[in-house]
Amino acid sequence: MIFATVGTQLPFARLIDALDALVLELGETIIAQTGPKDGRWPHLDRRETLTPVEFEQIFTSARVVVAHAGIGTILSAKRWRKPLVILPRRHALGEHRNDHQLATARQVEKLAGIHVAWQVDDLGPLLRTPDLTAASEAQSPTHAALIDRLQRFIVGQGSDA
Amino acid sequence: MTKRILAVGSGGGHWQQLMLMRPAFEGCETLYLTTLSGLPEQFGASPAAIIPDCNRNEKRQILRTTWAVFGHLRRFRPDVVISTGALPGVLALGLARLAGARTIWVDSVANAEEMSMSGKLARRVAHLWMSQWEHVAAESGAEYAGAVL
Repeated sequence: MIFATVGTQLPFARLIDALDALVLELGETIIAQTGPKDGRWPHLDRRETLTPVEFEQIFTSARVVVAHAGIGTILSAKRWRKPLVILPRRHALGEHRNDHQLATARQVEKLAGIHVAWQVDDLGPLLRTPDLTAASEAQSPTHAALIDRLQRFIVGQGSDA
Repeated sequence: MTKRILAVGSGGGHWQQLMLMRPAFEGCETLYLTTLSGLPEQFGASPAAIIPDCNRNEKRQILRTTWAVFGHLRRFRPDVVISTGALPGVLALGLARLAGARTIWVDSVANAEEMSMSGKLARRVAHLWMSQWEHVAAESGAEYAGAVL
């Protein structure tokens, strides 16, 4: 099963349309948390909203999760060790008020288990990959650097005022 | 001497990020505060206590949160107070600073465009004031050291 989630605030038809078109070819169920929108995606198991418990249950049992480049989803993928495919929202396409999801995608592209689809056409090949690497809670270099800075401040070696 | 740390994060993303900073508190005596019961158990964070949530528009609720935070500060007497947000964390930093503790604000990584509203408030009371985005730090004058991503 593939789980698609686009957050609760804004619709993201470009992603959901693409997934709907991929279902038959993939031969795999796609559960999509799409927010309020009429059902013009006949091939998806569409859910308007999910409770936190339902969200966790579907997220953890999915083979792979597909999402916008939202921080919450990225942290969830790390926590629950899931392969995550992200398609960043584009400002030019009216999908967000600015391009910060592109910045997020560039930042997390290096992380194991986070697979960036820079465009819709990248989704198919990524979803067809049989053993997509899973994200992990292992510290990235920037995460380690943050911890190190906090530690230095806590023991009193920081350059605080 | 073992440092005493009070770590404050509201339920949701703030808390989740605070949990990812736990390695920094190793060897310290840490008390966690959050706004949603059940969260500390879910993450194995202990000891922990629940404080009432609040936002800028509810003055009465702010007083309640302030009172609860004050109680924990008085009993726990932390050396360092750290928060990822939101408003309850700002209140904790402010009170703790008055009491002579050293304070850390790490703005949520979700704020990729500019400092959060509570982050802006926290500037005046945080000794160490950080953003998890390099460009946000540069624009706001905050420090950047890394991110939980």
